[in-house]
Amino acid sequence: MPDPLELRQVAIAYGETPVVQGMSMVLGSGEIGCLLGPSGCGKTTLLRAIAGFEPVREGAILIRGEQVSRPGYTLVPEKRGIGMVFQDFALFPHLDVARNIEFGIAHLPASERRSRVNELLHLVSLPNIGSCYPHELSGGQQQRVALIRALAPKPALLLLDEPFSSMDVDLRENLAREVRQILRSEQTSALLVTHDQSEAFAMADRIAVMQEGCIRQWDSAYNLYHKPADRFVAGFIGQGVWLPLLRDSTGVLRSEFGPLFPDTVEMPHQSKGEPGGEMVLEMLLRPDDVVRSEDGVPAEVIDKSFRGAEILYRLRLPSGTDILYITKGHNDLPVGTSIPVSIEMNELVLFTAE
Amino acid sequence: MEVAVQPGIEREHKHRPGFWRAGVLLSALLLALPVLVVFSFVFVPADEVWRHLAGTVLADYLGNTSMLALGVAFGVLLLGIPTAWATTVYEFPGRRLLEWALLLPLAIPAYIIAYTYTGLLDFAGPVQGLLRSIFGWSAGEYRFPEVRSLGGAVLMLSLVLYPYVYMMSRASFLSQSLSTLEAGRVLGAGPWRVFFRIVLPLARPAVVTGLSLALMETLADYGTVQYFGIATFTTGIFRTWFGLNDSAAAAQLAALLMSFVFVLILLEQYSRRRLRFYQTSGRYRHLQRHRVHGYRKWAVLLLCLLPLTFGFLIPAGQLLVWAFSIAEETLDQHFFQLVGHTLTLAVSAALITLMLALFLGYGRRLYPSRRIAFAVRLSAMGYAVPGTVIAVGVMLPFAWLDNHIDDWMRAYFGISTGLLFSGTLFILLFAYAVRFLAVSLQSVESGLARVTPNMDDAARSLGYSPGRVLRKIHLPIMRGALFSALLLVFVDVLKELPATLILRPFNFNTLAVRAYELASDERLADSSVAALTIVAVGVLPVIMLSRAVSRSGQRDA
Repeated sequence: MPDPLELRQVAIAYGETPVVQGMSMVLGSGEIGCLLGPSGCGKTTLLRAIAGFEPVREGAILIRGEQVSRPGYTLVPEKRGIGMVFQDFALFPHLDVARNIEFGIAHLPASERRSRVNELLHLVSLPNIGSCYPHELSGGQQQRVALIRALAPKPALLLLDEPFSSMDVDLRENLAREVRQILRSEQTSALLVTHDQSEAFAMADRIAVMQEGCIRQWDSAYNLYHKPADRFVAGFIGQGVWLPLLRDSTGVLRSEFGPLFPDTVEMPHQSKGEPGGEMVLEMLLRPDDVVRSEDGVPAEVIDKSFRGAEILYRLRLPSGTDILYITKGHNDLPVGTSIPVSIEMNELVLFTAE
Repeated sequence: MEVAVQPGIEREHKHRPGFWRAGVLLSALLLALPVLVVFSFVFVPADEVWRHLAGTVLADYLGNTSMLALGVAFGVLLLGIPTAWATTVYEFPGRRLLEWALLLPLAIPAYIIAYTYTGLLDFAGPVQGLLRSIFGWSAGEYRFPEVRSLGGAVLMLSLVLYPYVYMMSRASFLSQSLSTLEAGRVLGAGPWRVFFRIVLPLARPAVVTGLSLALMETLADYGTVQYFGIATFTTGIFRTWFGLNDSAAAAQLAALLMSFVFVLILLEQYSRRRLRFYQTSGRYRHLQRHRVHGYRKWAVLLLCLLPLTFGFLIPAGQLLVWAFSIAEETLDQHFFQLVGHTLTLAVSAALITLMLALFLGYGRRLYPSRRIAFAVRLSAMGYAVPGTVIAVGVMLPFAWLDNHIDDWMRAYFGISTGLLFSGTLFILLFAYAVRFLAVSLQSVESGLARVTPNMDDAARSLGYSPGRVLRKIHLPIMRGALFSALLLVFVDVLKELPATLILRPFNFNTLAVRAYELASDERLADSSVAALTIVAVGVLPVIMLSRAVSRSGQRDA
């Protein structure tokens, strides 16, 4: 079976302004992908191009192996066999829920339509709202209806444009997980657009981090966090600071915490300078890489933010470098106290210093 | 501290809400009086005249009025919706200009366009003259459609009333969310299906609102149908009142006409309520305009030019030609007296309705309750009531009152007071207040809505007295709304024909009445100066409206 979605070197522009460039990716069958990036990175434009609302300037978009967009040709949205969930849900206010869901399956006989509507309403545990109008529903209910309306015609690919952005923050992750389960049970491949990491992590199998119209990394959440491809991804995903290091001529990494993993070091991603010579590097240090240890370096608590289950501290090392440290919520340290810390990590993320 | 606060609270309660409330209820009752009077005649036993009417012309009235309404409904939808859609989603040469110019026909009262086209299209007119000279026909050798017919009236009214549908549906199209349409597309519907299954149903409440406004005007029209010799309810009321001299039968006809109008009012209110549900959240993207090319560009342009040309450019041009040809003879002492009368009347009516609107608007704001809200809505009902009906409804009670005062005064003082109310300008101004209060009230309430209660509180907390809050906060914010209230009523009074015709004091003429009388005497050219003046002034509120329309158009740019 051909892949539900393939992008080949796609470029999109508004007038002279390029919005998306050199975009290539493949979404496997049943896979849930995500376009993640700051606002203005071109992710929504790309999604609209996949839906057929924007033409591409270069490259090609393939849905189920069929070329639907190339320069000078854009197959109309209604013939692409896709589903789309919009940011504002875009439910038809003049139709009740059942007729909203039936809109995309009008070609089916009435009995089949009805059973599909029932099946979908049960899928989202809202069996009794078929005759309600959209304005009578809560935001979360509207969201679910928008989702099953898009799923009703069994699209090859479901596109979701910031689908949770109007939800309460504490609702979002739960909803994202619920949507993931629904997509799994319908065996639908999907592509989600969001600027919110926790949403992306909760929902997607693979995430494309985008910046200024380009993909920086197309990878699993674990790899984005622990093996970022470049500084932008490292900075955009999760929290962390850059710790200066010196690699001496013997290959040992020297930091404020002493020598680090002398044996396991690979070359940094962006290697510069002489292979054998001394080199100034920077290491990505996540808050969960820092541990309290009695033989560690003394660090002063500068600032802290309480997050319930955990507390995130900003600590200052003797050299003046600030690092982040996360600990359980009942380990309350007053600002100004000094604690000894050291580093414990599996993956080393190194870049040459800028 | 307690001592300092206490007097303030005392003062708050000093201006007595009871007084204001009673005032609102009383003026509502007074303004609803004409309609109540008309309806009360339903219970008066039918007399000889009514039986005569019912046996002869009533079927005609019903038939013609229904056909007229049906025809105009069809016409305004056909002209209004496609133009609104074209100017919303297509970019073509002249689109910006047409966007507001399509409202211009609203400036021409139906009776004026009717007799202008009569002059253009009748046997002696330029169109038939041209045809004869080109083809060498002579009288009787060819058939030319008669403009003075039911079909002609439908056409005339549609040409000047379609802007209601245009305006309302355009506003609705502009507010529609792009993603709703796109959702339709990804669910497999092509552009046509999206238009008929989503766009149009979503706009339906707005379209129906515009349509009911246009039909209210149609039912209220007297000048066109009278001039074209079509027997409808309005002409029937006139005939029964003046020709048969039977006020009871006229009132019963009026009551019958009002039941038509009430259907429209209910329809309009219902659609307005639905309109609220049809607006989605504020986060949507608006429809985008796209450029059309080739022959489609010219087709769209032509589509939008047609109603403008036939609804405004041709009739206004013809009036201009006539006016120039006779300007010297017409612009005399007599004409300026006419203008003076009209101005006095229109300005007084505008001021009176504004005062009333402010009184009612503040009443509703200061003492919100169901009863007050109902009373205010009742007072504003007159906008839908045809001028002839209002005329009958005010004439009956005030004539009765005048007679009783006269009797009483003669009996006790030996003085005859004559027609104290019904024979003076009082009754005319009262009728205008009934008819046009809604126009004023709507402006005032939209102005008041912009002054949020928190602004009042903020100003008070900064040490302003209620009086200063009114001067420093309310007045500046509402200035525009108050001005538009005055202007709109002023122009409406200028154009008003049937109520003025019935209620004006003996020998008191206005521009509208004079234009109509001259036209009825087949002195079309002579009437053109008065008509042109009405049209020129009528363009003012259209420009105001169009500015609001183009502002709403900028949102999606």
